[in-house]
Amino acid sequence: MSIKQEHGVSPSVSPPLAQVSPVLEPANAAVMPVEISPIRAFLNSRGSGRLADTSFAAIMLLCACSIFVIVLFIVTILVLRSHLSLAAFGWKFFTRQAWDPVAGDFGALPFIYGTLVTSMLALAIAVPLALGVAIFLTELCPKPLRAPISFLTELLAAIPSVVYGLWAVFVLVPVMRDVLGPLLEKTMGWTGFFEGPNFGVGMLTASIILAIMVLPIISSLTRDIMTAVPNSQREAVLALGATKWEMIRIGVLRNSRIGIVGAIMLGLGRALGETMAVTMVIGNHPEINKSLFAPSYTLASVIANEFSEATSDLYLSALIEIGLALFLVTIVVNAIARLMVWAVTRGAPGRAA
Amino acid sequence: MNYVVGTLAVLATIIVLFPLAAILFYLVYKGASSLNLDFFTHVPAPVGEQGGGMANAIVGSGIILTLASSMGIPIGIAAGVYLAEFGQGKFLANAIRFTADVLNGVPSIVMGISVFALLVQGRHFSALAGGVALAIMMVPTVTRTTEEMLATVPHAIREAALGLGVPKWRTVISVGLRTASPGIITGCMLAFARVAGETAPLLFTALGNQFWSVKLNEPIAALPLQIYVYALGPYDEWHRLAWAGALVLIILIMVSVTLVRIFANRGVLKGGS
Repeated sequence: MSIKQEHGVSPSVSPPLAQVSPVLEPANAAVMPVEISPIRAFLNSRGSGRLADTSFAAIMLLCACSIFVIVLFIVTILVLRSHLSLAAFGWKFFTRQAWDPVAGDFGALPFIYGTLVTSMLALAIAVPLALGVAIFLTELCPKPLRAPISFLTELLAAIPSVVYGLWAVFVLVPVMRDVLGPLLEKTMGWTGFFEGPNFGVGMLTASIILAIMVLPIISSLTRDIMTAVPNSQREAVLALGATKWEMIRIGVLRNSRIGIVGAIMLGLGRALGETMAVTMVIGNHPEINKSLFAPSYTLASVIANEFSEATSDLYLSALIEIGLALFLVTIVVNAIARLMVWAVTRGAPGRAA
Repeated sequence: MNYVVGTLAVLATIIVLFPLAAILFYLVYKGASSLNLDFFTHVPAPVGEQGGGMANAIVGSGIILTLASSMGIPIGIAAGVYLAEFGQGKFLANAIRFTADVLNGVPSIVMGISVFALLVQGRHFSALAGGVALAIMMVPTVTRTTEEMLATVPHAIREAALGLGVPKWRTVISVGLRTASPGIITGCMLAFARVAGETAPLLFTALGNQFWSVKLNEPIAALPLQIYVYALGPYDEWHRLAWAGALVLIILIMVSVTLVRIFANRGVLKGGS
C-alpha cells in the first residue's frame, strides 16, 4: 500500500509497468525488454499479451459498427442522388399523379397506390391462412407431422422471387385470365372491383403471388410466438371447462396478439418491398384504377423496370427518390414490427425448429 | 365451433401447401424436359437460334456469390462475436442488434440502387458491384445467427478456458466459435441460399451478360438475371431455358437448405440448447 502511495506522488513519470509490478525499481523498468520474465515472453509470443486481446475486441467492434455504416451509407447516398428531384418537386412528389419522362414531369402517387393496394390485398389473403397454419401446427397437428409440415411451409420462403415470378407468368396469369377472373367478374362484378378488360396481369394477380410469398414469414413467426405461450396458460383455461377452440382463443391468441400483429407487420414490410415477382405480373402501367384487374405499378417495380432506361438526370433522381421513400417506409414498418415481436418473445426459449 | 375451427385450420394448411406443390411440379415438369448437357456447357445462343445454354450464368452466379460470401460472412461473424461476447447489456450492442434486424427487412432493390450509386454510376457495371450488393444483404442474417448460436454455448466451457489462462480472443475462437460452429454454418448457408436467388440487387450492378465473362470489373451474367430476362422474352426457346434455369437454381438452394437441416439436427448443440 505504502509503495503505491509513493508512486502516486509522481504518476506522470512512472512507467505503466511499475504500477502493475510495484516491486520493480523505476530505473530498471525503463529498460523493459530485459526485465520481462521468460514466462511472460513466452505468453506474449503465443498471442497472450494484452495487445492481442484489445485489438481483437476492436476488430470485432469495428465489424459490428459496419452495420451502422451500411445503413448510414444507404441513407446518405439515396438523399444525395435524389436531390434533383427533391428540389424540383418537394413533398408534392408523393401526391402528384403525373409520370411523364419525356416532359420531365414526375409524381409517385400511382406507385404508392399500387403498392398499398397489392400489399393490403396480399395481407388480407395471407393473414387468415397463416393464422390457420400456425394454429394447426401448434395446437392440433399430431406430433410426427409437425416438423415436416413446418419444414414445407418454410420451404416456400426459400423459393427465390424470380422463380415465383416465372411460375406466375406461365401458370397463374392464364388461370386468372381464363378461370378465376371471369368467375369473379360474374359473381362480384357489381362491387366495381372486378371490372374492365382482364388480361390476367394486374393488381389481383400480383396480390395473390405476394400473398404466397409473405405467408411463410407470417406463419413461422406466429408459430414461434404461439409456442412461446406457456403451457400453464392453456391448462388453466382448459381446467375452467373451455373447449379446445376457446382454449386457443382465450389462452393462446389473446396472449400472443401483440406478437402476431408484429409478425403481420413484418409480412407487410416484405410485401411492400417485393420486387421481381410483382414486376413480372402487375402489368407495369402508372395509372390509378379501382378495378383490381387493371394493370398497375408498385414503388419497387417502377425502379426495377425503368432504372436502366432512365435517360435524364431528373428521371434517375426521381427513381432514386422513390427508392428512398421505399427504404424509409420499410425501415419504419420493420422497426415497429421488431419491437412488437421482441416484446412478446423476449425471455422465451429460442426458435423451436 | 370446435370442429369448424379445426377444419378451417386443416384447410388453411392444405391451401398453403398447394402452391408449393404446384410450383415444384411445374419446375420439374417444364424444367427437367428442357435440361440437357448443352445447358451446362454452352453460352446463350444468338436470338432466333435453337439451343444454347447458361454456362456463363452458372459460372457468373458462382463468382458473384463467392465474392459476396467472402465479404459478407467474415464481417457478419465478427459482428455476431461482438454482440455475444463483448457487448452484453451495452446500449451500443442493443442498437446494433436492432439495426441488423431492421436492415434485414430492407428491400433488396434499395441495396441495388445504393450500390449502383456508389460503385457503378460514372464507372461501369461490374461483377464486383453485384458481389458487394449481395454481401450487404448477407451481413445482418449471419450476424444474428452467429450471436444466437454463441449465446447457447454454456458459460462453464468459456470459464474453463479462461481459468487455464487462455486469452479471451483465443477462448472466443477455439471455444465459443468452435462449439457453436454447426449453428453458425447453418446461418451462413441460409444467408447464402437467400442471396443466391436474389435478382433485384443485381439488375443495376452485375447487369447480366450474354457472353462468356469472368472478369470482376465487367458486367457478368447471373442465373436469376438470366431467368428474369428469358421469362419475359417473346421466344418459346427462351421460356424453355428459363424453366431449366429456375430448376437448376432451386436445386442449388434446396441442396443448401437441406444440408442446413442435417447440420442443425446433428449439431453438437442439440443436447445443450
